Amino acid sequence: MTRASDSPSTEHTTSAAARAPHSELVVTCRGLRKVYRGVVAVESATFNVARGEIFGLLGPNGAGKTTTVECLQGLRRTDGGEARVLGLDPQRQARDLRRRIGCQLQQSALPDHIKVWEALDLFAALTPGGRDWRAVMEEWGLGDKRGARFHSLSGGQKQRLFVALAVVNEPELVFLDEMTTGLDPAARRDAWDLIREMREHGATVVLVTHFMEEAERLCDRVAIVDRGRVVATGSPQGLIAGYADGVRVAFTTDAPDVTWLATVPHVSSVERHALRVEIEGDGPVLAHVAAALLAHGIEPLDLHPETPSLEDVFLRITGHSLRDEPEPAQRTGRLSLGE
Amino acid sequence: MRMLAKMVWLEIKLFAREPLTLIFTLALPLLILMVLGGIFGGRPIQGGRYVGIRAMDYYLPGYVGLVLASIGTISLPVHLAGYRERGILRRFRASGMKESSMLASQTLVTIAIAIVGSMLLFALGAGAYGVHGPRSFGDFAVVFVISTFCFTSLGVLLASAMPTARAAQAVGLLIWFVMMFLSGTDGPLDLLPAGLLDVGKALPLYHVVIPMVDAWNGFGINVMQVGIVAAVGLAATAITLRVFRWE
Repeated sequence: MTRASDSPSTEHTTSAAARAPHSELVVTCRGLRKVYRGVVAVESATFNVARGEIFGLLGPNGAGKTTTVECLQGLRRTDGGEARVLGLDPQRQARDLRRRIGCQLQQSALPDHIKVWEALDLFAALTPGGRDWRAVMEEWGLGDKRGARFHSLSGGQKQRLFVALAVVNEPELVFLDEMTTGLDPAARRDAWDLIREMREHGATVVLVTHFMEEAERLCDRVAIVDRGRVVATGSPQGLIAGYADGVRVAFTTDAPDVTWLATVPHVSSVERHALRVEIEGDGPVLAHVAAALLAHGIEPLDLHPETPSLEDVFLRITGHSLRDEPEPAQRTGRLSLGE
Repeated sequence: MRMLAKMVWLEIKLFAREPLTLIFTLALPLLILMVLGGIFGGRPIQGGRYVGIRAMDYYLPGYVGLVLASIGTISLPVHLAGYRERGILRRFRASGMKESSMLASQTLVTIAIAIVGSMLLFALGAGAYGVHGPRSFGDFAVVFVISTFCFTSLGVLLASAMPTARAAQAVGLLIWFVMMFLSGTDGPLDLLPAGLLDVGKALPLYHVVIPMVDAWNGFGINVMQVGIVAAVGLAATAITLRVFRWE
């Protein structure tokens, strides 16, 4: 683990544990490592997931998120580290484990001509002892699509079916891998509701995503993953408070010169992009900027503080943006990993 | 068991919902039967091992072999490779489906489709050309089951070896057509030059057709040929269990 990952993750994990002293850990992952043909996919993943939380693995494509959760589900052999999921070893007790977890996999599908009810019936039979699949079908709003074939479903309906399949065995823990990728904004919002519902039904959710907004809105805690490492863990708010502590203020103006803003108290930097001015500072910087603007006869209509996001946290920790493509050399290496 | 039955029934339904595969697997052999029936009809075979047997009594059991071969070399590999390519196998596995259930269900589905295909062939043969039923049903059933096992194993092996459904289809079609021409199901083997006959003998359908024709026409079980077929099936299974990939 790097220094950057060590201190904050320990700090936030401890505070989370302190808030909920009785929380039971459903996933413990220590220094998990996975190498594919000499290419390191996961260098070191360390994090815990407590029962009942929505936990996010957030990072850019190719960071090793999918590989990490596939190892935790016992779908891949690990090359190092230790993992326990629901108290089981995913390597040696994969079959027992799979009965107790649910999953939605990235890049997986169902046969084109399978009907909704047939898929539910089949998956229910795969893990006996679960609930009646008909109830699950109704619960996830698939009742009127009962006889529809998989290929005729819309993106959102397919997603709902996958969710229903993931929970048909009443899992204690559900892994969702890039569940909202490829969905339009409305369907994405629906998917978020589904995830919250899943948790209300009592499942712990591990969510893999590269959408910062998704992690911020849904997750109780996130692990930020970059280049095969977990570089920070904590609640979105905690991480933002810890890493993106500055305050940003922005407005637009056609005033030709605003460089004097740099001398205003609490302002640390001023950047201008055409009409848009972005100011970084701390504490009561907004009030000082507002007063100074008025004093200079500038009355912008859109003066506002910009809330820092996990995006800023990611940038601060890794030095690059969440949306950056991995470097070419790494990219070829990592694309073949099935991410 | 319940799981396996569900899987088999579901796969049969899925098969029936794919019109193109359905036509190719079940109707093409019927079509070929009609063409050859039109050419040779009920003429008796002039010489050799099967002298005196009417042409269609010779061809029909051979076509049963052809149906098995088309399922084993084309529909099964295309189906399974497509499942793998699209992440369907991955999804099944993540929900705890066992490799053995997956392979067993595919074998049972193949048998079911092969039985339906064979009955259609027989119905047409009997109706249009007065083909008789198998002289020994027991012998024929033994040859049929072993041959089905052989082609299913080969099909799953092919599916494991092929990266995509498209590749599986190209390779499968090629193998199937070569076998069709060189295994005695599409014109008498006597007409083949020695070199081509050797190619035919190297392919499994050749060794399936002989015992099928034998058992159908009351020559008993051709132990040597059935042995070859069984050995090919076992070898393919052994290799498959080593190389089968879920993704």
